[in-house]
Amino acid sequence: MNRMFRHHLFWPLAILAALLLFNLFYSPDFFNIVMRNGHMYGSLIDILNFGAPLVLVAIGMTLVIATKGIDLSVGSIVAIAGALACLTISRGTDQNALSLVLSAVGLTVGLSFFLGAWNGFLVATTGIQPIIATLILMVAGRGIAQLITSGQIITVTSDTYNYIGNGALAALPFSIFIVAAIYLIVSLLTRKTALGLFIESVGCNPQASRLIGIRSRLIIITVYMFCGLCAGIAGLILSSNVASADGNNAGLWYELDAILAVVIGGTSLNGGRFYLTGTVIGALIIQTLTTTIYMIGVPPEITLVVKAFVVLTVCLIQSEVFRKKVVQRWKTRRYPAEREVSRHV
Amino acid sequence: MNQDQPILQMSGIHKRFPGVKVLSDVRFRLFPGEVHALMGENGAGKSTLIKVLTGVYSTDEGSITLEGKPLVVRSPLEAQSIGISTVYQEVNLCPNLTVAENIFIGSEPLIFGRINWKEMNRKAETLLRDRLQLNIDVKLPLENYSVAVQQLVAIARSLNVSAKVLILDEPTSSLDRGEVEQLFLIMRKLQREGLAILFVTHFLDQVYEISDRITILRNGEFVGEYMADELPRIELVSKMIGRELQMLERIPKGADNVSPQAGIIAQASGLGRKGVIEPFDLAIRQGEVVGLAGLLGSGRTEVARLFFGADRPDQGKLELPIAGGTAASPRQALEKGIAFCSENRKTEGIVGDLTVRENMILAIQARRGWFKTISRKRQDELALEYIKLLNINPSNPEQLVRNLSGGNQQKVILARWLLTQPQLLILDEPTRGIDVGTKAEIQKLVMSLSEEGMAVLFVSSELEEVLRVSDRIAVLRDRRIVKEIADQEINQHNVMQAIAGG
Repeated sequence: MNRMFRHHLFWPLAILAALLLFNLFYSPDFFNIVMRNGHMYGSLIDILNFGAPLVLVAIGMTLVIATKGIDLSVGSIVAIAGALACLTISRGTDQNALSLVLSAVGLTVGLSFFLGAWNGFLVATTGIQPIIATLILMVAGRGIAQLITSGQIITVTSDTYNYIGNGALAALPFSIFIVAAIYLIVSLLTRKTALGLFIESVGCNPQASRLIGIRSRLIIITVYMFCGLCAGIAGLILSSNVASADGNNAGLWYELDAILAVVIGGTSLNGGRFYLTGTVIGALIIQTLTTTIYMIGVPPEITLVVKAFVVLTVCLIQSEVFRKKVVQRWKTRRYPAEREVSRHV
Repeated sequence: MNQDQPILQMSGIHKRFPGVKVLSDVRFRLFPGEVHALMGENGAGKSTLIKVLTGVYSTDEGSITLEGKPLVVRSPLEAQSIGISTVYQEVNLCPNLTVAENIFIGSEPLIFGRINWKEMNRKAETLLRDRLQLNIDVKLPLENYSVAVQQLVAIARSLNVSAKVLILDEPTSSLDRGEVEQLFLIMRKLQREGLAILFVTHFLDQVYEISDRITILRNGEFVGEYMADELPRIELVSKMIGRELQMLERIPKGADNVSPQAGIIAQASGLGRKGVIEPFDLAIRQGEVVGLAGLLGSGRTEVARLFFGADRPDQGKLELPIAGGTAASPRQALEKGIAFCSENRKTEGIVGDLTVRENMILAIQARRGWFKTISRKRQDELALEYIKLLNINPSNPEQLVRNLSGGNQQKVILARWLLTQPQLLILDEPTRGIDVGTKAEIQKLVMSLSEEGMAVLFVSSELEEVLRVSDRIAVLRDRRIVKEIADQEINQHNVMQAIAGG
């Protein structure tokens, strides 16, 4: 029992379950899933579908945070990616042509790799602190996105492109498969090879890692590139879903939601140990929360306040200090230094 | 000395961490105006007992009384405010703040609600000058000063608050002889003023020089409390390690196991770095232990770092005749079979968030690259093998390294490098802050490794240790290698003379 409480996934899962349960009480058909035209529909499917981009961005963010970094530019990369893809397609003669869509996707993926590499380069070789280094692209990126779209909203009418964000495979939204594939690949790469160990080592003690012979620069550049890639794909999914690119608003505040998802998932902002599954659950918690707020009809002007309140509650529940204060068990009281000791057990 | 009433009394103290029992039924008394040495091997529970006393950790069971009144300390700050001040083993100050700020942090002199910088700097200066005889610019960041000075600043900081009990956790481990004398002078002065001093050290000489009373812990248990002048040295050691000690005997040196024909593993010619170490020539042969002797700041560590490529030389060259090429970076050095155990265990050694197993395999894994993974089964085998070989305690490979005591962390790092099967092992202060037993174990290990053909570059501030393990000693003075002493000439007198110069 104690083991279960200590497991790093316990609190994220408990919070997700509580949110879902609340929804079930509020609207009993919340868990209903119906088949129509070979598609599954239902609130749960919606959460997975709309949450897919956030999960993706958060996975990339997890690795960056594990190296003691942070990437504030993901929201801007989402916007740039959507803008570039939509621009390429809208210029084509036959917007439905597979080759056109593939080249748009390829171009976008390439650009997001490059943007990630730029971040990684700044962080790893110039010694600029990650929060500042990525702030540059966060600010400039919105401008770049608007430059690409010429300040307009570009709409596309391509069923092929639309498939990425709206299509279905085996009755499930296609975006879920993209996310699942990336999650699987990353999990395998970090846990079945030594990559995860190196990332944790670099995040936990960069100096020691250098003396061990780990190429920490390469690792840092790689994780930022990967984070850029995740954001780029998220941008594709988002723009494909709405069949348009909006340089101003696409992916707005995504970086903050992603960071929050990572933290809820149990990865510390101090770097070191990271938990990919925790991050996925964290992102799903945030998406469920957003869906819930819309569903129960919170007036739009106070949705952000409600969200903030719930997030605060979630963070308090996650905080061991707070839990201990609430529980007030006198005999086994813990002290600051011990809290660190008892984590990750 | 006031014998009838202890100022501080701890009894029946129990403490466990997940999976480890660190203290069981420990007691401790401290009388005003005495220096009380707390002795024990690594992992005996000394640091834990101190942390319990200062409110860093809670107790699971047991009681503490201060001046007869029961005491519950909830935080280090609270401990300080009731008169228990501590200077920890590893300097716990902010390197990027000035010396004065470090001393007065939390109790800055104020003027109209603002910090009175002038007053603060003046007070810091007088405090350091009058009580520690230390004349330094207090307006410079702390990181500009040597570890020794930082340690004195840490002591000054604890003197700053009015203390009844002063805890010094291995304050002398990075001080040179003169600085130790200076510290002892201050300790005696404070002692006369009625302060009770709890003193932890691994240097036996120092224990007998300064202590009135000795308490011994072993494996988290209380062994006994003795008056220092009634406890023979040899008995103290055997009580600490709990067995007959063959390890303290002089390790018999294999008769000339290094032939002049033995291949040269690393050859430095005119290697140097401006402002750090003057150009030097030094060759290290297979199966040879080369010791570096010299005072603190004489350039020992700097020589070692150049051999590993941890710092970049700006003149001369390093050749590796057997492996070929040179070692321009740690990564390259590792590929060429050089391993380097840094003196800064905390910042350049352990990766605290990772487990013992992960810490051990990091270096070989890094050499194999990220894709050629060592199977989990093999990792477990290796970890268990080395835990047994080096006698690491606790023996759980999944324990986070952060939770191990200093000596055991050192062993984990040693294991990490031994796993890479280096041709040249560079050990920079491998026994700093480590108890006698482990020290002897590590020294023996060095000897046996060199017998198997490994070359070792051994750096230590303890001359006796360098003398014991080295086949050849390079003596440094003022950032310059001044003399090489080999074989029969190795004795304390010769080396001391070379260190002192003239």
